[in-house]
Order: sequence, then C-alpha cells, then structure tokens
Amino acid sequence: MSSLPPYTTTGQRVWHYTFLFICALIFIFLITPILVIAPLSFNAEPYFSFTDGMLEFDKDAYSMRWYRDIVENGMANPDQPTSWPLFFDWLWKALSPFHTAPPSFYTDTWENAQWIRAMRNSFFIGTAATLIAVTLGTLAAIGLSRSEMPARGAIMSLLISPLIVPLVVTAAGMFYFYSTNFNPDSWLFGNPDADRWILAQTYAGVILAHAALGTPFVIITVTATLVGFDKSLVRAGASMGAGPSKTFWKIQMPLILPGVVSGGLFAFITSFDEVVAVLFLAGPEHRTIPRQMYSGIREQISPTILAVATILVILSVLLLATLEMLRRRSERLRGMSPA
Amino acid sequence: MTDASYQVDAVHRTQTDASGLLLAADGTPLKKKLREALKVSRRRAFLLVAPLLLFIMASFVIPILLLLAQGVKDSTFSSIMPESTAILSEWDAKSDPSEEMAAALVADLISAKATDRSLATKVGTRVNREVSGAISLFKKTTRKASKMEAPFLDALHATDKKWKDPAYWKAMKIASQTITPAYYAAAVDKKYLADGSFVDQPEDRQIYVKLFVKTILVAGGVMLCCILLGFPVAYLLAHLPARKANLLMILVLLPFWTSLLVRTTAWIAMLQSAGVLNDIFVWVGITTDDQRFSLIYNMTGTIIAMTHILLPFMILPIYSVMKAIPPSHVRAAKSLGATNWTAFWRVYFPATVPGIGAGGLLVFILAIGYYITPALVGGQDGQLISNFIAYHMQKSLNWSLAAALGGILLVLVLILYWLYDRIVGIDNMKLG
Repeated sequence: MSSLPPYTTTGQRVWHYTFLFICALIFIFLITPILVIAPLSFNAEPYFSFTDGMLEFDKDAYSMRWYRDIVENGMANPDQPTSWPLFFDWLWKALSPFHTAPPSFYTDTWENAQWIRAMRNSFFIGTAATLIAVTLGTLAAIGLSRSEMPARGAIMSLLISPLIVPLVVTAAGMFYFYSTNFNPDSWLFGNPDADRWILAQTYAGVILAHAALGTPFVIITVTATLVGFDKSLVRAGASMGAGPSKTFWKIQMPLILPGVVSGGLFAFITSFDEVVAVLFLAGPEHRTIPRQMYSGIREQISPTILAVATILVILSVLLLATLEMLRRRSERLRGMSPA
Repeated sequence: MTDASYQVDAVHRTQTDASGLLLAADGTPLKKKLREALKVSRRRAFLLVAPLLLFIMASFVIPILLLLAQGVKDSTFSSIMPESTAILSEWDAKSDPSEEMAAALVADLISAKATDRSLATKVGTRVNREVSGAISLFKKTTRKASKMEAPFLDALHATDKKWKDPAYWKAMKIASQTITPAYYAAAVDKKYLADGSFVDQPEDRQIYVKLFVKTILVAGGVMLCCILLGFPVAYLLAHLPARKANLLMILVLLPFWTSLLVRTTAWIAMLQSAGVLNDIFVWVGITTDDQRFSLIYNMTGTIIAMTHILLPFMILPIYSVMKAIPPSHVRAAKSLGATNWTAFWRVYFPATVPGIGAGGLLVFILAIGYYITPALVGGQDGQLISNFIAYHMQKSLNWSLAAALGGILLVLVLILYWLYDRIVGIDNMKLG
C-alpha cells in the first residue's frame, strides 16, 4: 500500500494518490475540531473565534483567563491571595484529620466554584455508578459465558438493551418512575403522613441511571475476554482443593482483569459523558461537567467551556493510552504477539 | 485402595440395570444423574446473572414500561372529577348535554376547589388538549360554581356561552376516559373523537408524522455519510503496515473517546458564522465577509456534527471485517483476469458488506434517538423526535404524549435492534 510496485500504470498511480488525499481529508475532518479548541481556549477575548491578534501571534491576544475562570466562577470571594505554598498548606490541613482547613481561596473554590463542584459531582457519580456496573456486570458476564446458561440469547439482548434504547426514552422513563413515592409505608399501608421517598433530584437516582447505562459495556468487554479464558484452569485449581471463591479470585479474576478494567473504563466514561439522564434526573446541586457544559452552551457561550473541553481532551488522551496499554498486556498474556 | 479393588469398584460403578441403562454408584440411572448435575450448574449460572437482571428490570425495564403505559392512561380527569366521569361515560356524545351532567360537573368542581385550588386548572389543562379555550372556561366556572343553583345547565350557560357548545362536553368525555388511545393517535397526527372514531388533525397541526420521517431521513443521511467517509478510512487502516495503521488508528479513537459535549462545542467553534471554517472560506475567497455561510443552528450543522460523532462507530466494524479478508482472494481474482475495479467490486466489496451492515445499523440506531447534538446545534429546523419527547416531558408537561412518541420511537429502535441481532449478533458487538 505505502510503496507502489514498479509495474503500476499512470492511471493506478493517480488513483492511488487521489485515494490517499481523500483519506487525509477525512482524517482532517475527524481530528481538526478536537485540535482547534485548544488554541481557542487561550483567547484573551470572550469570543469563540480566532481574533486578528491571535492569527498574528500577538502575545497579548493569548491569556490564561478562561482557565482561571474554571476555578473562580461562582466563588464567594475570588480576590484572596493564591500561591503554590498556600495551596499545599491548605491541602495538607484539608487532608489531615486533626485540622479543619482554614478559610482560604482554595476552600472557597472547592466549596463554591461551579466547575469544581461539577467536577466533584462527575467523579463521585461516575465512581459509584462504575462500582455498581462492574460488580453486577462481571458476575453476569461470567454466568452468561457458561454454556449451561438458560435463555442465554434473550437475557443477553435484554441486558445489552440500555445501550440501544434511545437515551431520551430511558431518561424519561426513569424520571417518571423515580418521581413516584417509594416509601412502602405509604403505598403498602396507606399511611398519608409517611415521608416521601423520591429518587428524582438525588445523587442516588443519577447513580442508578448511570449504572444501568454502563453495565452493557462491562458485559461486552468481560464476555469478550472470557471467550479466550481456558476453563480447565479453574477445574485444575478446584481439583487441587481450591474452593469456588479461591479459584475465582486467584485464577479467573487475574486473567479476565483487562476485560473488567476496560469495561469499568467504558462504564466510567459513559457516566462521565452522559447528559440526558442528568438533565432529567439531577437537581441543580448535582450538575456534572457535561451538564454544566450543556447549560454553558445554551445560556452564555464563554470560552471557559473551551478551556474545560481542552482539559477533557487531555484526559481522553491519557485514557486512550491506558486502554492501549491494557490491550497490549492482554495480548502478551495470551501470547498473541511477542512482547 | 489397591489396584485390584479399584478395578472392582470401577466395574461396580458402571454397572447396568436390567434394561441396559448405565447406573451410577447409588443405583440411579446415569442419565438422571447427569440431568440433575446440569440442573445445578444451570441454576448456578442463572444465580450469577440474577442480580444484574433484577437491577436492569427494576431500574430500566419497568420504568420504561410504566412510561409506555402512561401513553395510553390518563387519570387526571377521572380522579378529580369522579361524578362527571361516571355520567359522561354513559353519554352517547350525540344528544344534548343533560341536567345531570351539569349537576355532576358543578358538584365535582366544588369538591375539587375545596381540596386544592389548582385542581380545576389541571382538569382545564387536560380538556384543553382536546379543545382550546378550556383552561379559562374551567377557571371561570370553578370560581362561580359554589354560588350556582339548580337548574345547573342554565347556570352554566349563564356563566359562559361556551357551555352551549357541545364540543366542550365531547372534549370532557374524551378526557374522562382513563384508558385512552388519544395520545398514540395524537402522536401519528390523528384526533380521537368522542364517538370513538379517528380523524386527521387539521393541516397546520400535523407535525409528528413529518417529524418521524425527518428523523429517519436524518439518521439515514448520517448513516450514508458515515459509510462514504468510513469505508476509505477503514480500507486504508486495514491495508497499511501495523505500525502506521496503529498510529492512524489513534486519529479515529481519539474522537471516539472524547466527550460528546466537547465535540459539539468544537463544532460550534468551527461552524458558526464567525467560526474557523467561515474564516477560511473568506480567506480563500469562496465567499465574502458579509455573506458568510450559515452552517450551524440548522439541519446542516446537525448532520455534520452527528456524522463526526458517529463516524468511529462505522469505521471500527468495517475495519475489523476488512482485517479478516484474506488478501489472496483479490490476488486470485486478478490472476484470473479481473481488472482492479472488478476484483474490488465483485470480490473484495461483497466480503465487506457484513461490516458495513453492522456499522450502518449501529449508526442508524444511535442517530435515530439523538438528543443532545440536535438540541445544541440544530436550531429550529434541526430538531428531531427526541427533542420533542424531552419538550413534552419537561416543558409542556404532557407526559402522556411524550410517552406515546417515545413508544413509537422505541418500537422503531427495537425492530432495528432485532435486525442487528439477527444479522450481526449482539455477541459480536465490539468496542474500541
């Protein structure tokens, strides 16, 4: 493909280079939007486009103000002194169990800044949803990979369906369901004074929704790793006296770990990137990063969104690297390619 | 145990009964034993799946089913207006409204007002969906209801002339039905009448069928764009040496792993009238500064952004199918005298069809339910069916209509999902 054999005709040559040109255009289409936001996020003006100064590489046309805005937007008092020594002092006291962190710029940011709060929410919801999805999904995938599993196809398609059903329908259904009162005292015994147990507008509602949306990924990746798993290893362990839990943790789990981890990563990213369920189920204090971006785009377009987007792109590059490493490890373990 | 006794024991273990069936050590037929053992392992496998099955049932399947039920159920009117509901159900919708109906209406309104002032407005809103002007009519009537005296029909007519119009009584009859096809009918632009028949909505209110068609066309268009853009890239990736292919693969996977919101934001920065693309067009001279293209907040923007977001879902399946095609097939075709084009079109391309089918169906399924991108870059004419479901769910609070629209969308998607399962198999769904 890369070097043409000597017998190619001129027509073939022309076609070959045209083809490469078309592919290059498609790659540009794929990657440019993602690269363009990085320089735009250093814009000194509150615009979404390149200013004349930026095109002339004028130093004053670039600034870090939108990155500063990420930590300052929403703070009670953004004019307090900031410096690295102050930050580490605050961090030290905030982490230590014997001190309470002194009121400072950093406490203010941690408590009040909108984007920081959104980040905390995203990580909290994502982690909790991933834990549920990975635990339930891995167990289910192990069950589904057994040949004795009854009604395998039907159950599999049911468990994968959260991936397929339009998010709006899922979110609307959950919103409708989670708005009802779950307190058994009320619907079972008809006690009118019972507290209302409502999942809508709570962390729990969003976490459950995200866990349901993340499980298909765990099932798909873990089932895929289990295809290459040699079951006689478990039997060998059992024949030497290991119980079911020991064979699981000592033999099966280490071997399917790459699948579990990449399934977990998918589940976390799904939660981290999900807006529709958050739009329907979360209250104002449960806003995640994508939800904050959504309202940012709809209400006031400011380059702060571009700064956040740039940080997220860097995060996804790191994630891609992690996944690639996992893939290489599992290939090496299976002896598919030389290390 | 000695060797000899072991052999005896083994013979003993595999003894047969009179009919020649193999028996286990305790004398039960081996077949039965095997069946029992299988039953145990089947139960174990199921127990592993059970927690997730329960979870998905409780947090995903049941909520959606309840929502769909909401599409045929509406108890707003019947729960607040019990007496009217009973009498209206017996009314044939042809004769004039009777005195009993009026009396029941007034009685219901008085008791509703005593419980909560907003209830009458709720009823009015429900009836208003069938005939306009009902909200103000109900508010006005409720205000004066407690002072009304028999005959109530005349009292109602005195309060508002609208009560002389049978349309309002018919609308109440429709609203009083707890189980009603009215919302599914509305979702396909039909109007459900009090006598149980369906007619077309007036021309200017027929929006949903058009919207479904538009959504399907957009999804189809995006799918086509993805096939056209995805096929060459997949071909290139599948035929480059591994090292170069892996490097280029990053360019495909990076967008795949980047947040949807980030990519949508990026396209706003690219496509808006002061955006990067228009700047380039002006610079190159394709257009002038005062005639910039409007590429966003319309259908063009929706299709461009959706194609970009869904393209990796197309490239990856085609790529994995192409990797599995032996290069010897094309070489064999050429050695038998096929031209490059014939070898590609008759030998190579048919072998890639499963990949195109898998990617195409996946892209179509994802595109048909898209919400965020159309909501952010779609403007007025780029809105798809999902946006209207969200609108009815959150803004107009017509949950039943949202449920009916969602139900139709869900059926469409499930048919495609079934097709996908038949053609590709869910087990073969690959990620990354």
